[in-house]
Amino acid sequence: MSKQKSNWYEFYKGIWEINPTFKQILGTCPTLAVTVSVMNGIAMALATTFVLVFSSLFISLVRKFIPNQVRIAAYIVIIAAFVTIADLVMKAKFPELSKALGPFVPLIVVNCIILGRAEAFASKNSPWKSVLDALGNGAGFLLALLIMGSIRELLGSRTILGYQILPNGFEPLVVMILPAGAFLTFGLLMGFSNFYLERKKRIEQQELIAKFRKPEVKVEVKGMEA
Amino acid sequence: MKTVIHMIATLTIIGVIAGGLLSEVSDWAVPLIAMNQKAETEKAIFLVQPSGKSYEAVAGAGFEIYKVFDENKNLTGFSMAYEGNGFQGKIRLMIGLSADLNNITSLEILEQVETPGLGTKVTEDPFRNQFKGLQTSPQIEWVKGKSPEKPNEIQTVTGATISSKSVVAIINAGLTKARQLKERGKL
Repeated sequence: MSKQKSNWYEFYKGIWEINPTFKQILGTCPTLAVTVSVMNGIAMALATTFVLVFSSLFISLVRKFIPNQVRIAAYIVIIAAFVTIADLVMKAKFPELSKALGPFVPLIVVNCIILGRAEAFASKNSPWKSVLDALGNGAGFLLALLIMGSIRELLGSRTILGYQILPNGFEPLVVMILPAGAFLTFGLLMGFSNFYLERKKRIEQQELIAKFRKPEVKVEVKGMEA
Repeated sequence: MKTVIHMIATLTIIGVIAGGLLSEVSDWAVPLIAMNQKAETEKAIFLVQPSGKSYEAVAGAGFEIYKVFDENKNLTGFSMAYEGNGFQGKIRLMIGLSADLNNITSLEILEQVETPGLGTKVTEDPFRNQFKGLQTSPQIEWVKGKSPEKPNEIQTVTGATISSKSVVAIINAGLTKARQLKERGKL
């Protein structure tokens, strides 16, 4: 990886490498609560991404004017403004979705993903990079909610996005749409994601070791021939 | 001192900009939100009074109750929104009553947070249809595990006994209020 990280990297790192849900383990409260159906998950992720992108952009734009002592207060005001906008727009245009998400839209204000990215990234980087970082993290959050929502809706109500997938003979696992099912799904997914990343890391390490060993072996062989 | 002024100035400017932006958005959104809520109430009122064409709110009732009229402006009955405690939280009902308050025309569950798959069975047709034409005097009774015999009885749903009982209790509480209104000549 070069020192000058590419813009593309700022975007895609959020999807998997530092996935807000599975790797940073931020914003778990809405993740667990709203993923009873895929649609709720999508709506929640889109609302969060909207707030994330705009607050990152604005925080990055004003980052040089905000005194260090009051930076968190300033971030929260900016974030709260965008959350209120998102909440009002949803109530006005998508009343059904707004009802399904209940208090979790206003609660985006205290969602750690947004304050986390503001503090860790947007306050130190250019607006363009901050927007890419926000989009990447939003996409990662969307991916996580999509997976969680699909698993829980499929097993809990036999449907995906309201379309029946599993046959009537399959008895819905009610536990999957209860909070317990959310914890089960979340734990298993986090386990799988860590298992996968660990294995990838181990393979990379072994490749690296093998790469450094090869020349030594060759030298030895040459020496023996001589 | 300089930092203090800088801090105050920055927060003030951010606050003013955010406030201005929000007031613009809210000017646009508030009428739409009010319209949505009105449409929702209207839909629920006519859902429990299928022959209704127009409605009128009863003033001074202390809760939401509407007179519903048919196309010839004759009173067909009442739609009453009433809420009470369920198993886990509030249950909000829309109850359709005949003009003499002696029968229920239909029942809709507007809001509930019952256990998915168990308590939520009270929102399904088999349970709700029991209330169609149900006699309301002296009050609604419930039976468990057997078929209802009297004209004012319903059967609770297996696995949702508490939710079923709660719905009955909410309707009875609402009926008492409606009868009081009638005695005072407000309906």
